Formats: sequence, structure tokens, C-alpha cells
Amino acid sequence: MSNVLNQGGATDGPSHETLLEIYRRAALIRRCGARFLAVIMSGRIAAPYYSPRGQEILAAAMAVNLRPEDYAVTIYRGLHDHLAKGVPLKELWAEYAGKASGACKGKGGPMHITHPASGVVVTTGIVGSGIPIANGLALASQIRGDGRVTMTSFGDGATNIGAFHEALNLASLWKLPVIFLCQNNLYSEHTSFANGTACADIATRGVSYNMHSVAVNGNDPVAMWRAARDAVARARSGAGPTLIEAKTFRFEGHVLGDTGHYIPKEEYAAALARDPVPLLRARLIEDGIADEAAIAAMEQKIDADITEAQDFALAEPYPGLDELGRDVFAEEITP
Amino acid sequence: MTAPNVNKPRMIYGAEAALQALDEAMAADPNVIVFGEDLADREGGGVMGATAGLSTKYGDLRVRSTPISEQAIIGAAVGAAIAGMRPVAEIMLMNFTTVPMDQIVNHAAKIRFMSGGQTSVPLTIRTMSGAGMGLGGQHSDMLEAWFAHVPGLKVVVPSNHADWTGLLASAIFDDDPVLVVEPTLLMRVKGVAAPPGHRVQLGKAAIARAGADVSVIGYGRPINDALAVAEKLAAEGISVEVVDLRTVAPYDKEAVLNSVAKTKRAVVVHEAVRNFGVGAEIAAHISEELFGQLKAPVRRVASRNTPVPFSPVLEKAFMWSAADIEAAIRSTLS
Repeated sequence: MSNVLNQGGATDGPSHETLLEIYRRAALIRRCGARFLAVIMSGRIAAPYYSPRGQEILAAAMAVNLRPEDYAVTIYRGLHDHLAKGVPLKELWAEYAGKASGACKGKGGPMHITHPASGVVVTTGIVGSGIPIANGLALASQIRGDGRVTMTSFGDGATNIGAFHEALNLASLWKLPVIFLCQNNLYSEHTSFANGTACADIATRGVSYNMHSVAVNGNDPVAMWRAARDAVARARSGAGPTLIEAKTFRFEGHVLGDTGHYIPKEEYAAALARDPVPLLRARLIEDGIADEAAIAAMEQKIDADITEAQDFALAEPYPGLDELGRDVFAEEITP
Repeated sequence: MTAPNVNKPRMIYGAEAALQALDEAMAADPNVIVFGEDLADREGGGVMGATAGLSTKYGDLRVRSTPISEQAIIGAAVGAAIAGMRPVAEIMLMNFTTVPMDQIVNHAAKIRFMSGGQTSVPLTIRTMSGAGMGLGGQHSDMLEAWFAHVPGLKVVVPSNHADWTGLLASAIFDDDPVLVVEPTLLMRVKGVAAPPGHRVQLGKAAIARAGADVSVIGYGRPINDALAVAEKLAAEGISVEVVDLRTVAPYDKEAVLNSVAKTKRAVVVHEAVRNFGVGAEIAAHISEELFGQLKAPVRRVASRNTPVPFSPVLEKAFMWSAADIEAAIRSTLS
């Protein structure tokens, strides 16, 4: 079997600058998510919120390996993917608020963030359904030879949907330039991985489609960066797709309001003790990559940017009612 | 060598009507790509031969046979369309569209709207169906009403070969997702070919026969029955107007209302089962707009409300018929 399930022995890693950039993006996600939560709880924005807290590092380590024009297809729990790929804060916030200046003119909302300039072309609210769409984007790149790769992220639960299996088979068959990033956060809504999935590693599902497949600790920025780099290189060179199973954990449940009662307390506490964002922050200082003052300044800048986006979103007008008849079709209709 | 006889129409099979549109579209635009089960020449060029020769002519990158994976087929078509291609995906039979329904309804139809117009899905889905061939309950259904009910989808059903080519060509170059429902029974039946480059505008009905006393409004195969009935009744002095919608969604409301405003009587016909069908929508709209002018209730002709049966006796009893259309017309005149 030529496929590799676990990478061993690799010693190369991201540069100091890249590691710092991974932290910057992760901190942006963490802080933006916390602010969304606070603003939604305060009642100033009414929106469903699927927190990515705990999954920031893997999204950032993936995205630093991608170009802006590379396509990203993500899901309702997609804030981390959106920010890591470069969706601007103001358009993101305004979309969460349902405002006319939102990324989707307020017509999609948090579950359908779209921002083609940063490569985010699909965000879907249906588990598993983005995976076959990613193949189509990659197919277009393969036919045109435009050198783009497509990255699609999804949870462990999505790998129990038929579309996942159909899509992996097709991608492998056609050697499409696509990266399947499974963010295994160990819970599929309220059902644990053990109780819902009949295999120990999702990566083995890729192997059965003759696809290069790896299982990594998604919370380890170096391991995740390596896996992402290799998958991007493989796709870009025309060698075909990769399935990355990034093992991680979800700190804020399925959706806002979920108390997490189904997660054993010890499991949660153990995961929280290894919260990957503060771990990376400490490592940056320990390894002399950045000092406390520099990181604090970076975080202050992030907070200021978030505040600016929040103020913008809350002050912006709602879309005009004429938007109802627009974008149903290319031609405006009378709804 | 003799010059072609310009007066003699070129007769082709239904499958060739589809092939003509596909071939012309692929020649005109490198963004047009075609994929589905068994479509490439290696697999026979499609089960009906509607894609025969395309993979040889345009290459394996643009024309592909796929595994039997309908979600993967439509998903890939949606993605390629978002990237700016004009994919033509084939779902062999209309009953199989139930498998990728998520991709069609939740994605193809809504992505333009949900993205605020930043992305769009210029996708064509070809499929075929229709009863009368003894294929039973899972290979014969006409399900167009489901799709017509979804904002963001267009649905066309041709009644003749020239429209088949013209509607498919327009679908491929339309900037929104279009479902093209092709009549299985006509795939191997000859009809008059369309001229090269033929297009039929989406959303525009055709007055297949002009008349004054009653309007028969429908689409697909029953139009041919309606035309035969109209010819028969003309001998009795009954003047029947036949309106071929051609596009089911969005249908040509103006043509329907204009026709019924003139005749004051309407019969709506389709081969799908009656309950909650497209006919109900059209009949309701006519009643809303022209209630005071109607000289008779709007009648519906459709297939019976059962799964499509296998036994030829039952299948015939299930299906709409020319006699049903004739009886409905007469009932509006009595």
C-alpha cells in the first residue's frame, strides 16, 4: 500500500514567520468568534452561531499554504476557514448582521458566507454536500490548467454521508487537484465519534479509494502545516487529491445554546488543558519567535479591527426589499 | 453529387436532437463540458446515443463517463459551473434525480441568491422519463412539478424534436440551472430536425395551433395528442388552440392568459400525475386572473394518481390519453 496514514520522521517545519502568521490567523479566529458570541448573546445580532473554537490552528495552518485564488468550500461551522482564507472582517460581520454591505448582501447569512476574491466560493449548511462540489471546482481547474487547487473542509460526521464516498471515489479516479480536509472534532452534533463512526481513523476511508490519506494532530501547527503543504503540492503538481484527517476538538458545542451535556467532563477538561491557541502563543515566546509585547500588540490590532468591523456592521442599513427579487435568477423577477 | 432538397425536412431521432445541441454548444464554447453515466464513446456514447461521438471529437477532458454516483455527478457540475464552466450533466432517468436532490435543490438552485449574486450555477441537467414503455414504477415518473416548485430552477420539457434541440441549446447557454426533461419514448422516434444553431427562448410558449373556442395548455408528449384531437374536432367545427409551454418553470403566463382571454375556456394537460401537479398551478392562475371571463371551469388532464404500473393494461389505464383530452374539451363546451 503506497498510502501513508501517519507521517513519521519528518523534521522540516514552517518558518518562524509562517508560524507567527498561523498564530495571527488563529488569534483572529479565536477573538472574532468570542466577539460574535458576545454580540449575539447581547441581542444586537440575531444569527445562528456554530463556533469553531478549538479548531483554529488547523484552519490557519491549512490556509497559509493556499493562494488567494485557490478555492475553498466550507460548511456552517466555517468561521475559522473564512477568516483563515482571508474573508474581510467588515463584510463578514455585516453578513452575520444581515446587512446590505455583507459579503452576500445579507441574503446568505453566517451559513452561506461567499467571498470569491479570497477564494471562498461555497459555504453550505448541509452536512457533506460541499465535498462533491469541491470536485467540480477542481475539475474546472484541471480542464483549464489554471494551477488552482481546491480545499474543502468538513467534519467527521460528513464522512458518514454518501456524498463523501461518491466524491472521494471520483476525485481519485480523475486525479483532481483537491484537498479533503476532515476536521475530526470527535462529535457529530451530539453523537460521539465512537458512537457514530465505525472506524478508528477517517483517513482509512481515503485509503480505500486509493487516495493519499493522512491522519494528523490538527492542533499541532507544525504537523498540520506539513500535511497541508504536502497535499497542496500534490494537488498543484497534478498528482491528485489528498484526504487529511485533522484530529481536533470543539469547545463550544454544535451550535450556540448547546450545553455540551453529552461530552464527558474529563474529556472536555483534558482537551481544554491542551487548548491549541494558547499553546502556540506560549511556544512562540518560548522559542524566541516573538516576545510577549509583540504578540500583545498583534492581538490588540486584531481586537481593534474586530471592533471596527462590529461597529460598521451594526451601523449599516438592512438590504432594500427590492433585493428579494434579485439573484433568484440572473434576471430580476417579481417575487 | 446532388444538391440537398431544401423542401424535404431532415428527419432525425430524438437522441440526435439532443446530440445536435450538445455538439454545436461544445464546438462554440470550450467551457461546455459533458458528463454522466456511460456518456463517452468507450461506454457507447450514452444509453440512447445522445452523446455519441462527443468524447472522440472533443476529448476525454471535456466529455466523461462517470461512476454511478449521482450526488458526485451533480455536485461536480455545480462546482464546475461556479468556476465558470457550462457543464451539461446527465442523470440517466428522472427517477434518479431523487438521489442528487440535495445538490439540485439546496445548491444549484440557491447558490446565486445565497451568495448575493457573487456566484452562479450555469448548469444544465439532462434527464429523460415518461410512461408507456413497460419500465415500471422507478423508471417512468414525470417529476417536473417538484423542481418547478423550487425558486431558482428552470425546467423545460420539449414536445418535438426541433424544440428539443432549441431548448437544450438555450439551457446550456443560460446563466442559471436548467433541468431538461427529455421524453424517453421519443429518443428512438424520428422527427423533423432543427436547423443549425437553433435556439428556443426559455420561458416562451408556442402557439402550436391557433384556435378560438378552447385553449389546451400543456407541454411534452401530450401536446402531440392535443394537436391530433384539435385536428379531429376541427371537422366538427370546434376550434381548439394548443399552447405548448415548452418551459414549465418559469412558464409563459402572458401566453396562457392571452389565449384563455380569447377562448374563455381552458384545458390543462400533462403526463405527470394529476395531484399537486403543474396543471394545478396553471389552472389556479387562470382562475385568479380570468375568473369572471371563463365560460367553463378549467379542466385538468393528467395521469392517474398511482405509481406507474408495469402491466401494459394497467399502464395504459394509468396514462393520460387523447380521449381524455377530447372529453375535457367537450366538457368545457357543453
